[in-house]
This record gives sequence, structure tokens and C-alpha cells, in this order.
Amino acid sequence: MKKDIILCGVGGQGILSIATIIGQAATEAGIYLKQAEVHGMSQRGGDVQSNLRLSTDPIWSDLIPQAGTDVIISMEPMECLRYLAYLSPKGTVVSNSVPFINIPNYPDEKAMQAELDALPSVVKLDIDAVAKDCGNARGANMVLLGMAAPYIEILTVEQLRQAIAVVFARKGEAVVEANLKAFDQGVEAARKVNL
Amino acid sequence: MEKLLLLGDEAVALGAIHAGLSGVYAYPGTPSTEITEFIQTNKEAIAKGIRSRWCTNEKTAMEAALGMSYAGKRALVCMKHVGMNVCADAFVNSAITGVNGGLVVLAADDPSMHSSQNEQDSRFYGKFALIPIFEPSNQQECYDVMKNAFELSETIKEPVLLRIVTRLAHSRAAVEISEAREQNPLSASTDQWVLLPGIARRKYAALLEKQPLMEEAAEQSIFNKVEKGGDGKLGIIACGIAYNYVKEAIGNEGNILKVSQYPLPVKQIQQMAAENDAIIVIEDGQPVVEQDVKALLGTGYPVKGRLTGDLPRTGELNPDNVAAALGKSNDVHFAPATHLAGRPPQLCQGCGHRDVYGALREIIDEYPDARVFGDIGCYTLGALPPFKALSSCVDMGASITMAKGAADAGLRPAIAVIGDSTFTHSGMTGLLDAINDNSPITVIISDNLTTGMTGGQDSAGLNKYEAICLGLGMDPAHLHVVTPLPKNIPAIAQTIRDEIAYEGVSVIIPRRECIQTFARHARENKNNK
Repeated sequence: MKKDIILCGVGGQGILSIATIIGQAATEAGIYLKQAEVHGMSQRGGDVQSNLRLSTDPIWSDLIPQAGTDVIISMEPMECLRYLAYLSPKGTVVSNSVPFINIPNYPDEKAMQAELDALPSVVKLDIDAVAKDCGNARGANMVLLGMAAPYIEILTVEQLRQAIAVVFARKGEAVVEANLKAFDQGVEAARKVNL
Repeated sequence: MEKLLLLGDEAVALGAIHAGLSGVYAYPGTPSTEITEFIQTNKEAIAKGIRSRWCTNEKTAMEAALGMSYAGKRALVCMKHVGMNVCADAFVNSAITGVNGGLVVLAADDPSMHSSQNEQDSRFYGKFALIPIFEPSNQQECYDVMKNAFELSETIKEPVLLRIVTRLAHSRAAVEISEAREQNPLSASTDQWVLLPGIARRKYAALLEKQPLMEEAAEQSIFNKVEKGGDGKLGIIACGIAYNYVKEAIGNEGNILKVSQYPLPVKQIQQMAAENDAIIVIEDGQPVVEQDVKALLGTGYPVKGRLTGDLPRTGELNPDNVAAALGKSNDVHFAPATHLAGRPPQLCQGCGHRDVYGALREIIDEYPDARVFGDIGCYTLGALPPFKALSSCVDMGASITMAKGAADAGLRPAIAVIGDSTFTHSGMTGLLDAINDNSPITVIISDNLTTGMTGGQDSAGLNKYEAICLGLGMDPAHLHVVTPLPKNIPAIAQTIRDEIAYEGVSVIIPRRECIQTFARHARENKNNK
């Protein structure tokens, strides 16, 4: 089994934390992983992405081929659209629905959302609101990971939960609990979307 | 055996630590920065006392590493590809002196210029200096290659170049860890490394005599390998990371020569040519090997690659352009999005550079003839909207010297903007030239107390900038320190105005800590309480 994932968003939104957790879960599960990141040139405020490849067999390329991505996980709706060339015909997009507008020429929001919604498989949610509702405003990325969890398939939801506990252990029990709660809310939200 | 999830950079770092490293010397530069950062924070490296503080520039780094090698210990120098230009004098001559303790020079190339001003290929430098080059293809090889690189360096008594590219430097994979070797004892060379012409001629001849040894090492290298396969129509030479893209595209179907150690393994290439109708060279960066293979096989033999258009002439390799070159295609399913805009990086909200450019924008609007010569750092983003304040950005330090040259030609006002770390890296000597010539330039050293663009590393001249300028002979009446805050923009603009009117060298130092390092320090203080 093989799962190719693109994580994307705007610099500073926390996509590398999502990558770290999936990486931890993959390492623990003993499956192969390659994860290409973008560093440097003060990416804050600019577009950022990470190619994450998970497989039960050895992986060659650090980068995902065109039309090969199983899941795009995005902290920002327009950013999903940047990687359509890499999305597999059967791929799923899991995205925050709230735009992050820090450029003067941000496209017409309705048209952009409509273009995103027109894709065959989209799971979209206001993750900022969900995070706030469960008392962890900074945990929006964990809500997003929860939403994406059922689509990652090669790792179980429980394996991802355990990885969250390991990655945040250093920051104390309360932080672990808050992030697990945000994650669970995301899992639940994705389940509702699919009903 | 223990397995760790490591970036290519981190695998190089840990490989070096386990190969008996005694010191790493480096100036931060994307995509090489994480190597030195890893060594600085690694418990094992700290326990072993491995020297790891940042250097002022790549040349001081290279020379210090050569000194450590002279004393018999193993040293690593790390830099981004353009850093090779800065240390080239020391680098090329280290091949003439030869080494004592193992010396590995790591250059991290940036094809596609993700974070650089060019995509020069460091393998040219290795060839130029006539030394072996290693080019690992994956994270495991990044780790494994270090022991071999140091051993080869000590066997042939020459420095060794290690070349990686952005996609390897900044990609993570699991790496199997092996046993650590002890550091070398202090054992200074008794040889004369005095490159007076008489000695240098002898040493250069000795370097040339070692070439067959280096070729033999490459031909027998465990990092180079031949995979038999294919139908005899096309042999594939895949260098470094290119090997992964080839395997992704064709699996075990091809006749592949994987090259991860140079000089080129000539025997294997000749054999591949004899067994195939044509050869394609797949290499990230410039067509270094393609040219060599063409020269080796002669004009009658078809060699394909970047020069023939089978692969793009510029930009990094990826699984798609490599597949296309091998006759496979990864067909795109979804049409490009229409409601999509570019989102370029920008200066952080609240960054002091913003306030400097706020003031400079006023000046540029007032003086249509003004030109602002920029430099390398976060503040290069001042070239983009909304500031659009810069006319140039070429290399580390060029702001001051280009402003000087333009002023020599009669341009007024000539303004230079340079960061604190870039100033100590390569700006100080240019300022001395300007002071000695009393050039009418206004230099702004935008001091955020750190090396910001690469993630907030120590700045070599911290708290020394006024002293450095005065020491170089600056007139104290034309040296000003200001605080870049939105409310101070009018006052800063006035200071610039006043100094533009002065027909001599002025230095204005806007000083406020980088907001990223400020936030990090605040978190650290909170955690320590």
C-alpha cells in the first residue's frame, strides 16, 4: 500500500507540525516514509507545501509525481488549487474553508470556493471555528489532521492519536489533551461530512 | 540497528559526528544550514566537544577547517553553493597543500533557485580543484558517505567535496545508524604547506599524480553501481538524486549507471556505451557529466541530456521531467485552477526592516535619481511591493561596493542597504574602500541582531557594529543608530535626508531585534522559569 500526501498552506499556519505527527506515526508503524519540506527565504506569509510519501514498500523519489497525490491536506482553501496537477483522479482534498487573505490580488472568494467544491472529492470545514469551540484556538491544524485521518488509510486514526501524544508529550499533559480533543473533533466532522 | 527520521542535512551531520569529526565550520545558507545546527544541538556532539560555532563567512570557515586538518583532526566545512565562490581561493589551494586530518567540504546546491540567486553546480569546483566528489542519492547515503569521504581524504591526503541538492538536504527519511568512530588525536603535519612557487609546483605535480588513485576509488566505489537491464537502446547515467527519479519512472527495467562518486567511473561508462546505442545523462544542476561523457565517447556517439533538450536546460529534476526524458509520462488529470493567485514570501508583520523601507520609500519618492543597492537577506524582499525600494541584489556585500562604484561614476544619491550578518560576512572591506576614497554614499546597516533569513543564527558582529565602523575610520558625526519603529519612520527619513546631503561616507544603523528571534527568546525565557 502507498499513500502520497501534499500538505499545504501559508507559512506559519503549522503544516510542518502535521508532517511531524504523520512522520512519527509512520516511524512507529515501521512503514517507509519520505517527506520533502520547503525551508528558508523567510516563507512566512508565502505559500508553503510539503510532499509526504508513505508506503509499505521502499520509496524512490522524494517528490510526488504529477497526478499521483492521494490526499491534499490544506490549511487554506485557495492553496489546494495550486497543486491540482499533482492530484490523482481519485484523490481527496481536505481543507480549511476559511481563506487567509494577505495578498492584494486574492481571487474572488465565491468563485474560488466554487472551483474547489467542483472537485470530485472535497472535505471542507471552518477548522478555526471548530478549534475555538473546543477551547484550543491554536489547534486548527490538529482539527485538519483529524479530518484527513480517515483518508490517510495506511495509518489508523488510533496510530495518529498516539503520535500526537508522543510529539506533544514534552509540552505537558494539558497540551496533549487539548490537541487530541481538536483532532477528535476533526475526525468527527469528517464522519458527518461523509454521512 | 537504530533508525532515525532525518533530513538529508541532518544525516550528513550525524554521519560526520560518527565519522570522528572534531570541528564543523560554516556560515548559514539555505539549504545547508541544518547541518551545522544539528551538530550545535546534538548531545553526542556536545559531549565530544565538537567545535561548531558559526563563522563570519565561508572563507574563514574553509581556512579554519584546513587549519584543523593541518593539526591532524577531521573537519567539515558546510555552505550553500554560492558560498563556494566566497571560499574558492582557500578551497582550490587546499587541494594544492593537501590535507593531514580528513577534510570534507560540503556544498548544498539549489537547482531551481528556491532560495538563491543562481543555480551554479558545485561539481565544477570539485573538478576545477582536481579532487574527489561524493554525491549521495538519499538520506541513508548522506549518512554512510561521511565515513568513506573522511577515509578517502586521509588516504589520498586531499580534501573531498560532498555535493547535495535542496531536495535531498530538506527531505526526511529513516536512516540506519552505525557505530561511532573516535576523533583523531592531535598530530600536526610536519610537511610545509607554504605555497611559494617552487613548493606549489611540486605539490601541484603531486596532486596530478594522485588523479589515477581518485579514478580507481570511484570505479571501485560502493556508491557507484551498475544495474543491468534494458534492451540495449539506451543506457542511463543517473547522478546523485537523479537515480531516485529514474527508479521511480522505470523501476528495474533499465541499464543504469548510478554515479555518487567522482571522478567519473570511466570504465563503466565505456562499457555502457559498448552495450547501448545511446546514453542519456540525468543529473541535477548543470550538464557537468553530460559534457564529460560527450568528450569521453567522441562526437559519433549519441549522448542525451540537458544540452540536447531531452531534459530541461534549467531548473531541478523531478519525477515528471525525468519520466518524460525516459519516454514515460505522468499525465495530469485536473486542469490548472483559474481562481488562483501567487503568494510570494513577505517581510513579517512588525519586522524592523519594514520600517527601514517605509523611510526609504519616502526618500526614493523625493529623489527620482536615487538608487538603493541591496544585499542578501530577508531585507531583499524590500524589492517587492509594497516597497519596491531596491535596484540591485547580487552577492554578499555588493550593496556597499556597488553604491560606491555608482557614486564614483557620479550617481547621487547612492544608498546601500545591508544586514548586520551580511555586513560582517563581506561588507566591512567594501566600507573600508569607501572610507579611504571618501565616497559619497549612505550605508544603512539594518541590524536585527541575527542572521534572519536562514532562521535566526548568531550574527558574528553582534554589539560591535559602531566599533567596527569607527575602527575602519568612519567620522563619528556621520554614524547614527536609530530604532526602526513605525512611529520613527519620519525621523529616520530625515536622518537619511541629512546624510544624503553629505559628500562622504555615512552609516545609519537601524537596530531592533528580529521579531522571530524575539518571540523565540520570549518562549525560552518563559519555559526556563
